[in-house]
Amino acid sequence: MNIVVCLKQVPKKDSILRIGADGKWIDERDISYEMSEADAYALEEALRQKEKHGGEVIVVTLGPERARQSIKEALAKGADRAIHLFDSVFDTATDSAAVARAISAALKDEKYDLIFTGLQSDDYGFAQVGLILAEHLALPSATIVMEVQPEDGAVRVKRELESGWFQWVRLPMPALLTIQSGINQLRYATLKGIMAAKKKEIREVKSADIGLTADDLQPHQVIERAYLPEKTKRTEFIEGKPAEAAAKLVEKLRFDARVI
Amino acid sequence: MSQGILLFIEQRDGVLNRTSLEAMVAAQGIASATGEKLSAVVLGKAIGGVASEVASKKLYAVQTVQDDKLAEYTPDAYVAALKQVIQKLDPRFVILSHTYQVRDFAPRLAASLGKTFITDCVGFRVEGSEVVFTRQIFQGKINTDVRVVAEAPILASFQAGSYRADKAEAGDSPAAITVVAVDLTDVQIRTQLEPKFQEAKQAVDLSQAPLIVAVGRGIKSQENIEMIQRLAEAMGAEIAASRPICDNEWLPMDRQIGSSGQTVSPKLYLAIGISGAIQHVVGMKNSQTIVAINKDGEAPIFDIADYGIVGDLFDIVPALTAEITRVKSEGS
Repeated sequence: MNIVVCLKQVPKKDSILRIGADGKWIDERDISYEMSEADAYALEEALRQKEKHGGEVIVVTLGPERARQSIKEALAKGADRAIHLFDSVFDTATDSAAVARAISAALKDEKYDLIFTGLQSDDYGFAQVGLILAEHLALPSATIVMEVQPEDGAVRVKRELESGWFQWVRLPMPALLTIQSGINQLRYATLKGIMAAKKKEIREVKSADIGLTADDLQPHQVIERAYLPEKTKRTEFIEGKPAEAAAKLVEKLRFDARVI
Repeated sequence: MSQGILLFIEQRDGVLNRTSLEAMVAAQGIASATGEKLSAVVLGKAIGGVASEVASKKLYAVQTVQDDKLAEYTPDAYVAALKQVIQKLDPRFVILSHTYQVRDFAPRLAASLGKTFITDCVGFRVEGSEVVFTRQIFQGKINTDVRVVAEAPILASFQAGSYRADKAEAGDSPAAITVVAVDLTDVQIRTQLEPKFQEAKQAVDLSQAPLIVAVGRGIKSQENIEMIQRLAEAMGAEIAASRPICDNEWLPMDRQIGSSGQTVSPKLYLAIGISGAIQHVVGMKNSQTIVAINKDGEAPIFDIADYGIVGDLFDIVPALTAEITRVKSEGS
Protein backbone atom coordinates (compact mmCIF):
# COMPACT_ATOMS: atom_id res chain seq x y z
CA MET A 1 0.00 0.00 0.00
CA ASN A 2 1.50 3.33 -1.07
CA ILE A 3 0.80 6.40 0.98
CA VAL A 4 1.56 10.01 0.10
CA VAL A 5 1.96 12.33 3.09
CA CYS A 6 1.73 16.11 2.64
CA LEU A 7 4.07 17.79 5.06
CA LYS A 8 4.41 21.45 5.89
CA GLN A 9 7.18 23.15 7.80
CA VAL A 10 6.05 25.86 10.24
CA PRO A 11 7.60 28.00 13.00
CA LYS A 12 8.22 26.00 16.16
CA LYS A 13 5.27 25.86 18.52
CA ASP A 14 6.97 27.70 21.36
CA SER A 15 8.31 30.51 19.11
CA ILE A 16 7.84 34.03 20.42
CA LEU A 17 6.07 35.66 17.49
CA ARG A 18 6.45 39.31 16.58
CA ILE A 19 4.89 41.21 13.73
CA GLY A 20 7.28 41.80 10.81
CA ALA A 21 8.31 45.21 9.46
CA ASP A 22 5.73 45.11 6.64
CA GLY A 23 2.93 44.53 9.15
CA LYS A 24 1.61 41.64 7.06
CA TRP A 25 3.31 38.59 8.52
CA ILE A 26 5.51 37.59 11.41
CA ASP A 27 9.13 38.65 11.75
CA GLU A 28 10.87 35.51 10.53
CA ARG A 29 14.30 36.43 11.86
CA ASP A 30 15.39 34.20 14.74
CA ILE A 31 12.55 31.76 14.14
CA SER A 32 13.26 28.02 14.15
CA TYR A 33 11.05 25.65 12.21
CA GLU A 34 9.59 22.20 12.60
CA MET A 35 7.12 19.86 10.97
CA SER A 36 3.56 21.07 11.55
CA GLU A 37 2.18 18.97 14.38
CA ALA A 38 -0.79 17.32 12.69
CA ASP A 39 1.39 16.53 9.67
CA ALA A 40 3.85 14.77 11.98
CA TYR A 41 0.98 12.55 13.15
CA ALA A 42 -0.07 11.98 9.52
CA LEU A 43 3.47 10.85 8.74
CA GLU A 44 3.56 8.58 11.78
CA GLU A 45 0.26 6.97 10.77
CA ALA A 46 1.57 6.38 7.25
CA LEU A 47 4.73 4.74 8.62
CA ARG A 48 2.69 2.47 10.88
CA GLN A 49 0.42 1.43 7.99
CA LYS A 50 3.46 0.69 5.86
CA GLU A 51 4.96 -1.44 8.64
CA LYS A 52 1.74 -3.46 8.79
CA HIS A 53 0.83 -3.69 5.13
CA GLY A 54 4.04 -2.99 3.18
CA GLY A 55 4.39 -0.44 0.38
CA GLU A 56 5.99 2.94 0.18
CA VAL A 57 5.62 6.26 2.02
CA ILE A 58 6.19 9.29 -0.17
CA VAL A 59 6.49 12.71 1.40
CA VAL A 60 5.50 15.83 -0.53
CA THR A 61 6.35 19.33 0.67
CA LEU A 62 5.95 22.77 -0.84
CA GLY A 63 8.27 25.23 0.81
CA PRO A 64 11.55 27.13 0.72
CA GLU A 65 15.00 25.63 1.09
CA ARG A 66 14.73 25.34 4.89
CA ALA A 67 11.81 22.92 4.48
CA ARG A 68 14.37 20.32 3.37
CA GLN A 69 15.21 19.89 7.05
CA SER A 70 11.71 18.60 7.78
CA ILE A 71 11.83 16.41 4.67
CA LYS A 72 15.07 14.86 5.91
CA GLU A 73 13.51 14.26 9.29
CA ALA A 74 10.61 12.43 7.63
CA LEU A 75 13.04 10.29 5.62
CA ALA A 76 15.05 9.56 8.76
CA LYS A 77 11.86 8.41 10.50
CA GLY A 78 11.22 5.95 7.70
CA ALA A 79 9.60 7.60 4.68
CA ASP A 80 10.99 6.12 1.46
CA ARG A 81 11.36 9.16 -0.74
CA ALA A 82 10.31 12.77 -1.03
CA ILE A 83 9.09 15.35 -3.49
CA HIS A 84 10.05 18.94 -2.74
CA LEU A 85 8.22 21.68 -4.63
CA PHE A 86 10.76 24.39 -4.42
CA ASP A 87 11.41 27.56 -6.41
CA SER A 88 10.55 31.24 -6.16
CA VAL A 89 7.32 30.80 -8.14
CA PHE A 90 5.96 28.48 -5.45
CA ASP A 91 6.57 31.25 -2.90
CA THR A 92 3.58 33.08 -4.40
CA ALA A 93 1.33 30.16 -3.39
CA THR A 94 0.16 31.44 -0.01
CA ASP A 95 -3.43 30.25 0.01
CA SER A 96 -4.76 26.71 0.14
CA ALA A 97 -6.12 26.65 -3.39
CA ALA A 98 -2.75 27.58 -4.87
CA VAL A 99 -0.84 25.08 -2.73
CA ALA A 100 -3.31 22.30 -3.54
CA ARG A 101 -3.10 23.09 -7.23
CA ALA A 102 0.68 22.78 -7.19
CA ILE A 103 0.68 19.57 -5.17
CA SER A 104 -1.98 17.93 -7.31
CA ALA A 105 0.09 18.70 -10.41
CA ALA A 106 3.18 17.24 -8.76
CA LEU A 107 1.32 14.02 -7.88
CA LYS A 108 -0.02 13.50 -11.40
CA ASP A 109 2.26 10.55 -12.21
CA GLU A 110 2.35 9.02 -8.74
CA LYS A 111 0.55 5.79 -7.87
CA TYR A 112 -0.96 5.80 -4.39
CA ASP A 113 -3.67 4.15 -2.35
CA LEU A 114 -3.97 6.85 0.28
CA ILE A 115 -3.01 10.48 0.71
CA PHE A 116 -2.65 11.81 4.25
CA THR A 117 -2.48 15.42 5.37
CA GLY A 118 -2.64 16.92 8.83
CA LEU A 119 -6.10 18.27 9.65
CA GLN A 120 -4.73 21.82 9.62
CA SER A 121 -1.38 23.55 9.81
CA ASP A 122 -0.09 25.32 12.88
CA ASP A 123 0.65 28.54 10.98
CA TYR A 124 -2.21 29.59 8.68
CA GLY A 125 -4.60 26.92 9.96
CA PHE A 126 -6.66 26.97 6.75
CA ALA A 127 -7.66 23.29 7.08
CA GLN A 128 -8.27 23.14 3.34
CA VAL A 129 -5.32 21.91 1.29
CA GLY A 130 -6.19 18.22 1.76
CA LEU A 131 -9.79 18.53 0.64
CA ILE A 132 -9.03 20.77 -2.32
CA LEU A 133 -6.42 18.24 -3.35
CA ALA A 134 -9.03 15.47 -3.05
CA GLU A 135 -11.39 17.47 -5.27
CA HIS A 136 -8.69 18.02 -7.94
CA LEU A 137 -7.71 14.35 -7.88
CA ALA A 138 -11.36 13.20 -7.72
CA LEU A 139 -10.71 11.19 -4.54
CA PRO A 140 -13.21 10.47 -1.77
CA SER A 141 -12.21 12.12 1.50
CA ALA A 142 -12.68 11.99 5.23
CA THR A 143 -11.45 14.59 7.71
CA ILE A 144 -10.37 14.64 11.36
CA VAL A 145 -9.45 10.97 11.29
CA MET A 146 -8.59 9.15 14.53
CA GLU A 147 -8.00 5.60 13.27
CA VAL A 148 -7.23 4.02 9.90
CA GLN A 149 -8.05 0.41 8.98
CA PRO A 150 -7.31 -0.58 5.39
CA GLU A 151 -9.54 -3.32 4.04
CA ASP A 152 -9.72 -4.96 0.64
CA GLY A 153 -9.78 -2.02 -1.79
CA ALA A 154 -11.30 0.23 0.84
CA VAL A 155 -10.35 2.02 4.02
CA ARG A 156 -12.43 2.16 7.20
CA VAL A 157 -11.70 5.24 9.29
CA LYS A 158 -12.86 6.61 12.60
CA ARG A 159 -13.83 10.26 12.29
CA GLU A 160 -14.04 12.65 15.20
CA LEU A 161 -17.29 14.59 15.32
CA GLU A 162 -17.96 17.32 17.84
CA SER A 163 -18.54 17.04 21.60
CA GLY A 164 -17.09 13.57 22.10
CA TRP A 165 -18.95 11.84 19.22
CA PHE A 166 -17.31 9.60 16.65
CA GLN A 167 -18.27 7.76 13.49
CA TRP A 168 -16.69 5.01 11.43
CA VAL A 169 -16.97 5.52 7.68
CA ARG A 170 -15.73 3.41 4.79
CA LEU A 171 -14.25 4.86 1.60
CA PRO A 172 -13.05 3.15 -1.57
CA MET A 173 -9.32 3.57 -2.20
CA PRO A 174 -7.57 5.63 -3.38
CA ALA A 175 -8.78 8.15 -0.81
CA LEU A 176 -7.58 11.24 1.00
CA LEU A 177 -7.65 11.47 4.80
CA THR A 178 -6.88 14.42 7.05
CA ILE A 179 -5.33 13.17 10.25
CA GLN A 180 -6.06 14.48 13.75
CA SER A 181 -3.20 15.24 16.15
CA GLY A 182 -2.73 12.64 18.85
CA ILE A 183 -3.91 9.66 16.75
CA ASN A 184 -0.71 7.76 17.62
CA GLN A 185 2.59 8.20 19.47
CA LEU A 186 5.25 9.94 17.43
CA ARG A 187 8.57 8.19 16.98
CA TYR A 188 12.00 9.77 17.01
CA ALA A 189 14.42 9.28 14.18
CA THR A 190 17.11 6.75 15.07
CA LEU A 191 20.77 7.19 14.18
CA LYS A 192 20.37 4.30 11.76
CA GLY A 193 17.39 6.08 10.22
CA ILE A 194 19.33 9.30 9.88
CA MET A 195 22.17 7.47 8.11
CA ALA A 196 19.74 5.61 5.82
CA ALA A 197 17.99 8.87 4.93
CA LYS A 198 21.15 10.20 3.31
CA LYS A 199 20.70 7.72 0.46
CA LYS A 200 16.99 8.40 -0.05
CA GLU A 201 15.71 10.39 -2.98
CA ILE A 202 14.48 13.96 -2.59
CA ARG A 203 13.13 14.91 -5.99
CA GLU A 204 13.04 18.66 -6.50
CA VAL A 205 10.14 19.84 -8.59
CA LYS A 206 10.30 23.30 -10.15
CA SER A 207 7.13 25.13 -11.17
CA ALA A 208 8.08 24.85 -14.84
CA ASP A 209 8.38 21.05 -14.50
CA ILE A 210 4.66 20.83 -13.77
CA GLY A 211 3.64 23.61 -16.13
CA LEU A 212 2.74 26.24 -13.55
CA THR A 213 3.55 29.95 -13.59
CA ALA A 214 3.25 32.60 -10.91
CA ASP A 215 -0.07 33.62 -12.50
CA ASP A 216 -1.47 30.14 -11.87
CA LEU A 217 -0.53 30.31 -8.21
CA GLN A 218 -1.76 33.81 -7.34
CA PRO A 219 -3.49 33.68 -3.97
CA HIS A 220 -7.13 34.75 -3.80
CA GLN A 221 -6.81 35.69 -0.16
CA VAL A 222 -4.29 38.32 0.82
CA ILE A 223 -3.33 39.37 4.33
CA GLU A 224 -3.45 43.15 4.39
CA ARG A 225 -2.54 43.46 8.05
CA ALA A 226 -1.23 41.19 10.80
CA TYR A 227 -1.49 42.31 14.42
CA LEU A 228 -1.66 41.03 17.96
CA PRO A 229 -5.23 40.31 19.09
CA GLU A 230 -6.81 42.81 21.43
CA LYS A 231 -7.22 41.47 24.90
CA THR A 232 -10.79 40.88 25.91
CA LYS A 233 -9.81 41.17 29.55
CA ARG A 234 -7.24 43.28 31.31
CA THR A 235 -4.90 40.78 32.85
CA GLU A 236 -3.41 41.75 36.16
CA PHE A 237 0.13 40.41 36.01
CA ILE A 238 1.59 39.30 39.30
CA GLU A 239 5.31 39.64 39.66
CA GLY A 240 7.98 38.68 42.10
CA LYS A 241 9.85 35.56 43.15
CA PRO A 242 7.78 32.35 43.08
CA ALA A 243 6.86 32.39 46.79
CA GLU A 244 6.06 36.08 46.67
CA ALA A 245 3.95 35.78 43.49
CA ALA A 246 2.12 32.76 44.94
CA ALA A 247 1.26 34.69 48.11
CA LYS A 248 0.03 37.69 46.13
CA LEU A 249 -2.07 35.50 43.84
CA VAL A 250 -3.70 33.64 46.72
CA GLU A 251 -4.53 36.95 48.38
CA LYS A 252 -6.13 38.26 45.18
CA LEU A 253 -8.15 35.07 44.75
CA ARG A 254 -9.35 35.16 48.34
CA PHE A 255 -10.11 38.82 48.86
CA ASP A 256 -10.58 40.42 45.40
CA ALA A 257 -12.02 37.66 43.24
CA ARG A 258 -13.32 35.75 46.29
CA VAL A 259 -13.17 32.42 44.52
CA ILE A 260 -11.23 30.42 47.11
CA MET B 1 -24.35 39.47 -11.34
CA SER B 2 -23.95 37.77 -8.03
CA GLN B 3 -26.15 39.17 -5.33
CA GLY B 4 -27.41 38.37 -1.86
CA ILE B 5 -25.93 36.38 0.98
CA LEU B 6 -26.56 32.71 1.58
CA LEU B 7 -26.18 31.30 5.10
CA PHE B 8 -25.63 27.55 5.46
CA ILE B 9 -27.70 26.10 8.30
CA GLU B 10 -26.36 22.90 9.83
CA GLN B 11 -28.80 20.36 11.22
CA ARG B 12 -28.47 16.82 12.46
CA ASP B 13 -31.50 14.57 12.86
CA GLY B 14 -33.72 17.62 12.54
CA VAL B 15 -31.95 19.57 15.29
CA LEU B 16 -30.48 22.96 14.45
CA ASN B 17 -26.78 23.40 15.24
CA ARG B 18 -26.55 26.46 17.51
CA THR B 19 -23.36 27.67 15.85
CA SER B 20 -25.39 28.28 12.68
CA LEU B 21 -27.18 31.03 14.62
CA GLU B 22 -23.80 32.48 15.60
CA ALA B 23 -22.82 32.58 11.93
CA MET B 24 -26.23 34.16 11.29
CA VAL B 25 -25.22 37.12 13.44
CA ALA B 26 -22.21 37.69 11.18
CA ALA B 27 -24.35 37.14 8.07
CA GLN B 28 -27.01 39.61 9.28
CA GLY B 29 -24.24 42.12 9.97
CA ILE B 30 -22.74 41.73 6.51
CA ALA B 31 -26.21 41.93 4.97
CA SER B 32 -27.11 45.17 6.68
CA ALA B 33 -23.72 46.78 5.98
CA THR B 34 -23.72 45.85 2.29
CA GLY B 35 -27.46 46.19 1.66
CA GLU B 36 -27.58 42.59 0.41
CA LYS B 37 -30.54 40.29 1.09
CA LEU B 38 -29.84 37.40 3.43
CA SER B 39 -31.23 33.93 2.77
CA ALA B 40 -30.59 30.71 4.62
CA VAL B 41 -30.29 27.24 3.16
CA VAL B 42 -31.15 24.00 4.99
CA LEU B 43 -30.32 20.57 3.59
CA GLY B 44 -31.72 17.24 4.68
CA LYS B 45 -34.75 15.03 4.56
CA ALA B 46 -37.13 15.97 7.38
CA ILE B 47 -36.16 19.58 7.93
CA GLY B 48 -39.47 21.41 8.27
CA GLY B 49 -38.91 22.15 11.96
CA VAL B 50 -35.44 23.56 11.45
CA ALA B 51 -36.64 25.62 8.46
CA SER B 52 -39.47 27.22 10.51
CA GLU B 53 -37.14 27.92 13.42
CA VAL B 54 -34.72 29.69 11.09
CA ALA B 55 -37.57 31.51 9.31
CA SER B 56 -38.43 33.29 12.56
CA LYS B 57 -35.15 35.19 12.27
CA LYS B 58 -34.55 38.38 10.38
CA LEU B 59 -33.90 37.20 6.86
CA TYR B 60 -35.40 37.34 3.42
CA ALA B 61 -36.02 33.66 2.73
CA VAL B 62 -35.23 30.13 3.84
CA GLN B 63 -34.31 27.80 1.00
CA THR B 64 -34.88 24.13 1.70
CA VAL B 65 -33.25 21.30 -0.18
CA GLN B 66 -34.77 17.89 0.47
CA ASP B 67 -33.56 14.62 -0.94
CA ASP B 68 -33.18 11.03 0.25
CA LYS B 69 -29.48 11.31 -0.42
CA LEU B 70 -29.29 14.14 2.11
CA ALA B 71 -30.93 12.20 4.94
CA GLU B 72 -27.54 11.52 6.52
CA TYR B 73 -24.63 13.86 6.03
CA THR B 74 -22.02 12.80 3.46
CA PRO B 75 -19.49 15.11 1.81
CA ASP B 76 -20.36 13.87 -1.70
CA ALA B 77 -24.09 14.62 -1.41
CA TYR B 78 -23.60 17.94 0.40
CA VAL B 79 -21.04 19.20 -2.11
CA ALA B 80 -23.24 18.20 -5.06
CA ALA B 81 -26.42 19.70 -3.59
CA LEU B 82 -24.87 22.96 -2.41
CA LYS B 83 -23.01 23.39 -5.67
CA GLN B 84 -26.33 23.33 -7.53
CA VAL B 85 -27.95 25.69 -5.03
CA ILE B 86 -25.10 28.18 -5.24
CA GLN B 87 -25.02 28.07 -9.03
CA LYS B 88 -28.76 28.65 -9.12
CA LEU B 89 -28.90 31.48 -6.56
CA ASP B 90 -25.51 33.02 -7.41
CA PRO B 91 -24.97 34.81 -4.07
CA ARG B 92 -22.10 37.22 -3.39
CA PHE B 93 -21.26 35.51 -0.12
CA VAL B 94 -21.87 32.08 1.33
CA ILE B 95 -21.53 32.16 5.12
CA LEU B 96 -20.99 29.05 7.21
CA SER B 97 -20.10 28.18 10.77
CA HIS B 98 -16.66 26.56 11.08
CA THR B 99 -17.88 23.25 12.47
CA TYR B 100 -16.35 19.81 11.96
CA GLN B 101 -19.04 19.10 9.36
CA VAL B 102 -18.33 22.29 7.42
CA ARG B 103 -14.61 21.52 7.56
CA ASP B 104 -15.44 18.13 6.03
CA PHE B 105 -17.16 19.42 2.89
CA ALA B 106 -16.84 23.18 2.34
CA PRO B 107 -13.25 23.24 1.01
CA ARG B 108 -14.31 20.65 -1.60
CA LEU B 109 -17.41 22.68 -2.40
CA ALA B 110 -15.33 25.82 -2.96
CA ALA B 111 -12.84 23.91 -5.11
CA SER B 112 -15.60 22.34 -7.20
CA LEU B 113 -17.02 25.83 -7.82
CA GLY B 114 -13.52 27.22 -8.46
CA LYS B 115 -14.12 29.80 -5.70
CA THR B 116 -12.24 30.93 -2.63
CA PHE B 117 -13.15 29.94 0.93
CA ILE B 118 -11.96 31.94 3.93
CA THR B 119 -12.01 29.64 6.92
CA ASP B 120 -12.36 30.15 10.65
CA CYS B 121 -13.02 33.92 10.66
CA VAL B 122 -13.58 35.73 13.95
CA GLY B 123 -14.84 39.03 12.56
CA PHE B 124 -15.35 41.22 9.51
CA ARG B 125 -15.57 44.84 8.45
CA VAL B 126 -17.24 46.34 5.44
CA GLU B 127 -15.38 48.90 3.32
CA GLY B 128 -17.61 50.32 0.62
CA SER B 129 -19.09 47.19 -0.87
CA GLU B 130 -16.10 45.03 0.02
CA VAL B 131 -15.88 42.79 3.07
CA VAL B 132 -12.57 42.36 4.87
CA PHE B 133 -12.44 39.26 7.07
CA THR B 134 -10.49 38.82 10.29
CA ARG B 135 -8.98 35.43 10.94
CA GLN B 136 -6.44 34.18 13.41
CA ILE B 137 -3.18 32.49 12.54
CA PHE B 138 -0.66 30.62 14.67
CA GLN B 139 -3.50 29.15 16.74
CA GLY B 140 -4.88 32.45 17.90
CA LYS B 141 -1.59 34.20 18.61
CA ILE B 142 -1.95 36.66 15.73
CA ASN B 143 -4.92 38.24 13.98
CA THR B 144 -4.96 39.02 10.29
CA ASP B 145 -7.25 41.14 8.15
CA VAL B 146 -7.78 39.31 4.89
CA ARG B 147 -8.85 40.82 1.61
CA VAL B 148 -10.36 38.64 -1.08
CA VAL B 149 -9.12 39.05 -4.64
CA ALA B 150 -11.49 36.68 -6.36
CA GLU B 151 -14.87 36.68 -8.00
CA ALA B 152 -18.08 36.00 -6.13
CA PRO B 153 -19.42 33.83 -4.66
CA ILE B 154 -16.99 34.09 -1.76
CA LEU B 155 -17.31 31.44 0.93
CA ALA B 156 -16.47 32.33 4.54
CA SER B 157 -16.81 30.35 7.76
CA PHE B 158 -16.94 31.82 11.26
CA GLN B 159 -15.37 30.28 14.33
CA ALA B 160 -17.67 28.97 17.06
CA GLY B 161 -18.03 31.57 19.81
CA SER B 162 -17.12 34.56 17.62
CA TYR B 163 -20.72 35.75 17.82
CA ARG B 164 -23.49 35.03 20.30
CA ALA B 165 -26.40 32.97 19.01
CA ASP B 166 -28.86 34.97 21.16
CA LYS B 167 -27.88 38.10 19.19
CA ALA B 168 -29.36 36.70 15.99
CA GLU B 169 -32.12 39.19 15.18
CA ALA B 170 -35.68 37.96 15.02
CA GLY B 171 -37.79 38.98 12.04
CA ASP B 172 -40.98 41.06 12.16
CA SER B 173 -42.78 38.24 10.39
CA PRO B 174 -41.68 34.75 9.39
CA ALA B 175 -39.50 34.59 6.29
CA ALA B 176 -40.77 32.74 3.24
CA ILE B 177 -39.77 29.09 3.11
CA THR B 178 -39.13 27.95 -0.43
CA VAL B 179 -37.92 24.74 -2.01
CA VAL B 180 -34.87 24.66 -4.23
CA ALA B 181 -34.92 21.72 -6.58
CA VAL B 182 -31.66 19.84 -6.98
CA ASP B 183 -30.99 16.76 -9.04
CA LEU B 184 -28.82 14.25 -7.21
CA THR B 185 -29.69 11.19 -9.31
CA ASP B 186 -26.20 10.96 -10.80
CA VAL B 187 -24.41 11.69 -7.55
CA GLN B 188 -22.45 8.74 -6.32
CA ILE B 189 -22.01 8.71 -2.56
CA ARG B 190 -18.64 7.13 -1.93
CA THR B 191 -18.74 7.28 1.87
CA GLN B 192 -20.46 4.38 3.67
CA LEU B 193 -21.60 5.41 7.13
CA GLU B 194 -21.75 3.47 10.36
CA PRO B 195 -23.77 4.72 13.35
CA LYS B 196 -22.38 7.62 15.38
CA PHE B 197 -21.25 6.76 18.89
CA GLN B 198 -19.71 8.21 22.05
CA GLU B 199 -16.47 6.65 23.20
CA ALA B 200 -17.37 6.05 26.82
CA LYS B 201 -19.85 7.59 29.15
CA GLN B 202 -18.12 10.55 30.64
CA ALA B 203 -17.10 9.44 34.10
CA VAL B 204 -16.30 12.91 35.31
CA ASP B 205 -18.64 15.85 34.86
CA LEU B 206 -16.31 18.80 35.14
CA SER B 207 -19.09 21.26 34.31
CA GLN B 208 -20.26 21.14 37.92
CA ALA B 209 -16.82 21.74 39.49
CA PRO B 210 -16.44 25.17 41.13
CA LEU B 211 -12.63 25.05 41.01
CA ILE B 212 -10.57 23.60 38.18
CA VAL B 213 -6.82 23.30 37.88
CA ALA B 214 -5.95 22.58 34.24
CA VAL B 215 -2.62 21.55 32.88
CA GLY B 216 -1.18 21.78 29.37
CA ARG B 217 1.80 20.97 27.26
CA GLY B 218 4.09 23.13 29.43
CA ILE B 219 4.19 20.35 32.02
CA LYS B 220 6.60 18.52 29.69
CA SER B 221 6.36 14.96 31.06
CA GLN B 222 4.01 12.55 32.77
CA GLU B 223 5.97 12.49 36.04
CA ASN B 224 5.27 16.19 36.50
CA ILE B 225 1.49 15.72 36.48
CA GLU B 226 1.75 14.72 40.14
CA MET B 227 2.86 18.25 41.01
CA ILE B 228 -0.39 19.57 39.50
CA GLN B 229 -2.39 16.92 41.32
CA ARG B 230 -0.92 18.11 44.62
CA LEU B 231 -1.97 21.67 43.87
CA ALA B 232 -5.48 20.56 42.90
CA GLU B 233 -5.77 18.55 46.09
CA ALA B 234 -4.58 21.46 48.22
CA MET B 235 -7.21 23.68 46.62
CA GLY B 236 -9.97 21.09 46.64
CA ALA B 237 -10.17 21.49 42.87
CA GLU B 238 -10.80 19.09 40.01
CA ILE B 239 -7.88 18.45 37.69
CA ALA B 240 -8.37 18.95 33.95
CA ALA B 241 -6.16 19.20 30.89
CA SER B 242 -5.74 20.45 27.35
CA ARG B 243 -5.84 18.00 24.51
CA PRO B 244 -2.13 17.08 24.18
CA ILE B 245 -2.07 15.83 27.78
CA CYS B 246 -5.00 13.48 27.19
CA ASP B 247 -3.64 12.41 23.79
CA ASN B 248 -0.49 11.31 25.61
CA GLU B 249 -2.69 9.54 28.16
CA TRP B 250 -1.07 11.47 31.00
CA LEU B 251 -4.62 12.13 32.17
CA PRO B 252 -7.78 10.32 31.07
CA MET B 253 -9.83 11.66 28.14
CA ASP B 254 -12.72 12.64 30.40
CA ARG B 255 -10.49 15.34 31.92
CA GLN B 256 -10.14 17.13 28.61
CA ILE B 257 -11.43 20.69 28.23
CA GLY B 258 -12.10 22.23 24.82
CA SER B 259 -13.86 21.73 21.51
CA SER B 260 -13.30 17.99 21.54
CA GLY B 261 -13.78 17.66 25.31
CA GLN B 262 -15.91 19.30 27.98
CA THR B 263 -17.09 22.88 28.24
CA VAL B 264 -16.84 24.39 31.72
CA SER B 265 -17.43 27.69 33.47
CA PRO B 266 -16.19 27.29 37.05
CA LYS B 267 -15.67 30.04 39.62
CA LEU B 268 -11.93 29.62 39.19
CA TYR B 269 -10.01 28.17 36.27
CA LEU B 270 -6.29 27.92 36.84
CA ALA B 271 -4.50 27.26 33.54
CA ILE B 272 -0.98 25.97 34.02
CA GLY B 273 1.35 25.62 31.06
CA ILE B 274 -1.56 26.09 28.67
CA SER B 275 -0.86 28.44 25.78
CA GLY B 276 -4.52 29.04 25.03
CA ALA B 277 -5.02 27.55 21.57
CA ILE B 278 -8.53 28.34 20.43
CA GLN B 279 -9.61 24.68 20.63
CA HIS B 280 -8.97 24.85 24.38
CA VAL B 281 -10.26 28.36 24.97
CA VAL B 282 -13.74 27.66 23.60
CA GLY B 283 -14.18 25.14 26.43
CA MET B 284 -13.32 27.46 29.33
CA LYS B 285 -13.50 31.10 28.35
CA ASN B 286 -16.71 31.71 30.27
CA SER B 287 -15.09 30.82 33.59
CA GLN B 288 -15.72 33.46 36.23
CA THR B 289 -12.06 34.01 37.12
CA ILE B 290 -9.20 32.78 34.97
CA VAL B 291 -5.62 32.55 36.21
CA ALA B 292 -2.81 31.69 33.80
CA ILE B 293 0.70 30.58 34.63
CA ASN B 294 2.91 30.41 31.57
CA LYS B 295 6.51 31.08 30.65
CA ASP B 296 5.48 32.96 27.49
CA GLY B 297 4.04 36.34 28.43
CA GLU B 298 2.49 36.63 24.98
CA ALA B 299 0.67 33.31 25.08
CA PRO B 300 -2.98 33.85 23.99
CA ILE B 301 -4.22 32.49 27.33
CA PHE B 302 -3.29 35.87 28.82
CA ASP B 303 -5.79 37.54 26.46
CA ILE B 304 -8.58 36.06 28.55
CA ALA B 305 -6.90 35.74 31.94
CA ASP B 306 -7.85 37.91 34.93
CA TYR B 307 -4.59 37.17 36.70
CA GLY B 308 -1.34 36.09 35.14
CA ILE B 309 2.04 34.94 36.31
CA VAL B 310 4.75 34.84 33.68
CA GLY B 311 7.40 32.40 34.74
CA ASP B 312 8.54 28.86 35.19
CA LEU B 313 5.63 26.72 36.33
CA PHE B 314 8.06 24.30 37.98
CA ASP B 315 8.97 27.07 40.44
CA ILE B 316 5.56 28.67 40.78
CA VAL B 317 3.29 25.64 41.21
CA PRO B 318 5.09 24.23 44.29
CA ALA B 319 5.15 27.72 45.81
CA LEU B 320 1.44 28.07 45.15
CA THR B 321 0.69 24.66 46.65
CA ALA B 322 2.66 25.60 49.77
CA GLU B 323 0.88 28.94 50.06
CA ILE B 324 -2.61 27.43 49.66
CA THR B 325 -1.79 24.76 52.24
CA ARG B 326 -0.50 27.41 54.63
CA VAL B 327 -3.53 29.66 54.22
CA LYS B 328 -5.94 26.76 54.64
CA SER B 329 -4.28 25.56 57.84
CA GLU B 330 -4.41 29.08 59.24
CA GLY B 331 -7.97 29.69 58.17
CA SER B 332 -9.40 26.59 59.83
